[in-house]
Amino acid sequence: MADLRSNFAGIKSTNPFWLASAPPTDKEYNVRRAFEAGWGGVVWKTLGSEGPPVVNVNGPRYGAIFGADRRLLGLNNIELITDRPLQQNLREIKAVKKDYPDRAVVVSLMVPCEEEAWKAILPVVEETGADGIELNFGCPHGMAERGMGAAVGQVPEYIEMVTRWCKQNTRMPVIVKLTPNITNIVHPAEAALRGGADAVSLINTINSITSVNLDAMCPEPMIDGKGTHGGYCGPAVKPIAMNMVAEIARHGETANLPISAIGGVTTWRDAAEFMALGAGNVQVCTAVMTYGFRIIEEMTAGLSAWMDEKGYSSTDDFSGKAVPNVTDWQYLNLNHVTKARIDQDACISCGRCYAACEDTSHQAITMSEDRVFDVDDSECVACNLCVNVCPVEGCITMETLEPGAMDERTNTPVSPDYGNWTQHPNNPSATAAE
Amino acid sequence: MPNSQMTPGIVPARLEKGAYEDNFSDLHPGYASHEALVAADRCYFCHDAPCTTACPTDIDIPMFIRQIQAGMPDEAAKTILSQNILGGMCARVCPTETLCEEVCVRETAEGKPVEIGRLQRFATDNLMSHADQPFVRAASTGKKIAVVGAGPAGLSCAHRLATHGHDVDMFDGRDKAGGLNEFGIAAYKSTNDFAAREVEWLMSIGGISLSYSKRLGENLDLATLQGDYDAVFLSIGLSGVNALRADGEDKNGVRDAVDFIADLRQADEFRDLPVGRNVVVIGGGMTAVDAAVQSKLLGADSVTISYRRTRDKMGASGFEQDLAAVHGVRILENTQPKRVLGNGKCEGIELEYTSDDGSGLKGTGEVVTLPADQIFKAIGQTLGDTPEGLKLEGRKIAVNDNGATSVNGVWAGGDCATGGDDLTVTAVAEGRDAAEDINKSLMG
Repeated sequence: MADLRSNFAGIKSTNPFWLASAPPTDKEYNVRRAFEAGWGGVVWKTLGSEGPPVVNVNGPRYGAIFGADRRLLGLNNIELITDRPLQQNLREIKAVKKDYPDRAVVVSLMVPCEEEAWKAILPVVEETGADGIELNFGCPHGMAERGMGAAVGQVPEYIEMVTRWCKQNTRMPVIVKLTPNITNIVHPAEAALRGGADAVSLINTINSITSVNLDAMCPEPMIDGKGTHGGYCGPAVKPIAMNMVAEIARHGETANLPISAIGGVTTWRDAAEFMALGAGNVQVCTAVMTYGFRIIEEMTAGLSAWMDEKGYSSTDDFSGKAVPNVTDWQYLNLNHVTKARIDQDACISCGRCYAACEDTSHQAITMSEDRVFDVDDSECVACNLCVNVCPVEGCITMETLEPGAMDERTNTPVSPDYGNWTQHPNNPSATAAE
Repeated sequence: MPNSQMTPGIVPARLEKGAYEDNFSDLHPGYASHEALVAADRCYFCHDAPCTTACPTDIDIPMFIRQIQAGMPDEAAKTILSQNILGGMCARVCPTETLCEEVCVRETAEGKPVEIGRLQRFATDNLMSHADQPFVRAASTGKKIAVVGAGPAGLSCAHRLATHGHDVDMFDGRDKAGGLNEFGIAAYKSTNDFAAREVEWLMSIGGISLSYSKRLGENLDLATLQGDYDAVFLSIGLSGVNALRADGEDKNGVRDAVDFIADLRQADEFRDLPVGRNVVVIGGGMTAVDAAVQSKLLGADSVTISYRRTRDKMGASGFEQDLAAVHGVRILENTQPKRVLGNGKCEGIELEYTSDDGSGLKGTGEVVTLPADQIFKAIGQTLGDTPEGLKLEGRKIAVNDNGATSVNGVWAGGDCATGGDDLTVTAVAEGRDAAEDINKSLMG
């Protein structure tokens, strides 16, 4: 049986599934329920400085997009950091940590970009017995206008500076949470590393408008006739988050920086994929906000069963295993030739592959009078669109042509050699293959 | 003592009062909005979709389902109605399991087609609930066309002619329009007076008049109509009923199933309708199933359908056969009526087993006797008398692909004419296409 215990940047937890800093971790009541349900850790919803707490809107805070049957695919929010008094949060954190010593309790922080502010809050957090802190440099709304959250996260120099302040003023591990609302995720990650961060976590939410009320002519969620951009999360953002995780994991300087992956983790499989791309653990929010805490049972059981099947005894065994296979386009093997193949027994003759290929791609699928669909190898560029639009899983697949086989599209035999763009004759700056 | 299912003879009120409302409620209730979205999402928007090909009226099914998905059910309804103005009724009565849904690729994939009929009903009900029929009459052409028979073919033809700006006078032999939609369909398929409401809605395009109790050969004649009108469309249906050809079929209690079904549709109170304790229906089509199931719903204790061939040869679809079975109707295959038993009123029926060795259906000599207070004949309808000069083919009025008969200026469609199955949807297609041909011939 696989061992799911996790040690992330020195923070131990019973499994690699943490709850992300968000409404589910805003108070003791929720966090106790989460731990009872089996969550390995939480990142407590972001605390601010001592003083009057922030205020939230009193209208809707969330907007969503849905798939069929109202399956929630993407959620955005305009909620701010905790609106409860600092001392109350600290008391609750301390009580919870005391009762659940084997779970990770990390505290998310966001205070003004001044060293004094950080110096003030770090000791009181440390005093709770929390396992670490997460610097919220990502929150894209409300706090950014006050010079915090994403306003810091979008400026690598600020990230480095604040991270350094924290490292100098606490013994707790420091996780820097990154905003995706930037051009290149590697730059803020490098800044965090320079500042001495123990780890990064990403992604925070993405600036978004989920829908527009066409009667009121206003973005949703609508507050008294006005809307604002919110932070987007949930299954829809997972591909974006995975790319950013992979970019940090395969980048020379940041390659060894522990990553806590966030962004649309909904089932065990999402966690496995993020961890394969270099994450040490994952944080979950939208999935529990949609289905409740009990989903952790599926996640731990699924991950454990998959690890057993693959022979992985701990999460370290597979964490980062896909990273060497993430490369730049220019290194992809241009001599690798595949062709679409349609399994006629599985085909239900819907013709979607035909419509897609004929209307929008390469006219490489033929249709007979009695609705038999075939691939014309002389036109097929193996784009995979037919595979993606086919409603029957496994019906259309890509067959690899063996070296020496004729590619009917190019009328050349498939080369046995690896050949990429850097070596290609059409590339003006190509280097010789030898 | 009140009647019960066991009361002998043909009597009303066999069931408790409240039972009838449940029994005759909508067979396929309409979708709620969310259900419709979920059902619509299952459509793959097939290329050159098989469902559309299978539809006698060529409704662009993937497009109307996409319009439902996109939150525009009224637009979906327009897509449907532009091909089939009786799309609301067809959504209720079409044997979708042998048409669009049979060829749905999800039927192929998982044995569970997209529920096209119910989606069509969702769209058309939605539009009809708050809007007139959505077509606008073209400027008047001054042309006048007579449509004889206000059933599905006649209504469809009249509506399409009206959209082209022609004036239409429609004649019907009964005192209500709708034809088989109004008189010939099981009550649980057309609830809340839908057929009548649909006729009224269709007529709201304007330019169509309707006269009742007008029958060809009685108080209408074709020659006069030809003189008075620029064109004539005959949609007179099938007024004759085949005989059983069994001894004693004149006994009391032996009845045409179509009349029984018409009585049911026009009844104010189902409880007032008499039905036998033991009912036998002879036949294998939709009419046989409609009569059998409704007999059961009225409280008959035992109902048997006797069909002379095997079940797979029945005109009623597998779905209809299952519907009968679910309601406790027994289907006795390979039997034909030999003798109605009883002294003046029928008390039983002697059925003879049949076999077919390839040289035609023959009685085997072996018989089975069933008790029967009531016997319904549902062995097909035939064309009644037709005006002289109209060429017939088989037992129907011969028409070409455009619905034109052998007589110049006279078109025909629906069950009375050749071409297609005797279905509402086929009649609608034929009426529509004849209207287009009439328009073309009149407007050159």
